[in-house]
Amino acid sequence: MDEALNFHYDVDGENFTSAGNASVQVKRKLRQLGFPPELIKRVSIAMYEGEINMVIHANGGKADVLVTPEVITIVLADEGPGIADVALAMREGYSTAPDNVRSLGFGAGMGLPNMKRYTDSMDIQTKVGVGTTITMTVRVS
Amino acid sequence: MKIAKVKELLEAELLCSGEDLENEVFSACGCDMMSDVLAYVKNQAVLLTGLVNPQVVKTAEMMDMRCIVFVRNKRPTPEMMELAEDSGIVMLATSFTLFEACGRLYINGLRGEAE
Ligand SMILES: Nc1ncnc2c1ncn2[C@@H]1O[C@H](COP(=O)(O)OP(=O)(O)O)[C@@H](O)[C@H]1O
Ligand SMILES: [Mg+2]
Repeated sequence: MDEALNFHYDVDGENFTSAGNASVQVKRKLRQLGFPPELIKRVSIAMYEGEINMVIHANGGKADVLVTPEVITIVLADEGPGIADVALAMREGYSTAPDNVRSLGFGAGMGLPNMKRYTDSMDIQTKVGVGTTITMTVRVS
Repeated sequence: MKIAKVKELLEAELLCSGEDLENEVFSACGCDMMSDVLAYVKNQAVLLTGLVNPQVVKTAEMMDMRCIVFVRNKRPTPEMMELAEDSGIVMLATSFTLFEACGRLYINGLRGEAE
């Protein structure tokens, strides 16, 4: 792999069933490109948590993944409600997910902390009433 | 433990076989919260669950898990079957409860933590 590759996905906020499909696609592409399994797992978990968040908290959004031989960058952008208190949202166990989301197996409040844990950098740009953009990077070597 | 042994101990039905049932798995987890699987699971290869939706298969795939066991006779949807086939994940269905199924695997040597 010499050149940079860019993958773009529209994440449907209406449909919980399809949530995570972009992450599944990215995982398969990274496998085909021959990245090490541990690296792929970190990228996959971080992106999947972020993708699920866009579906359950922000009515969907867009996912862009930039792959270079040195670094994988994941950008998740939505026009949802935004996050009023990022420090609070980052706390393990903090969740505003409704019960119906919990009955689907999500909403333990571990998503954002998990995204931070599995990536080398994570930046959250958010404005209440406007939306949220989360940029994560994972270094290849 | 071979995946075939998991199937035998749980008197399970094979729903789809993404990989060789003679392959070994070393650890498992039982959980209905996919959030917890994503946050706490390390290298467990088998997921036992009573939850049925496509996120179960996608979570297992993200975590590089290789076998999903649905307890209490739960059945995956056709969409989940397709996802699992594409991901090479084995899916089994057992009539045991989550507690009972985990217990059967545990007393036969499967553990919660990977070596
Ligand atoms: N994209 C987003 N848009 C709006 N709010 C979000 C978004 N992502 C996360 N949040 C807020 O941050 C909280 C914590 O997120 P997370 O750690 O993933 O836990 P969970 O998704 O289980 O609630 C969420 O409950 C929600 O209030
Ligand atoms: Mg979340």
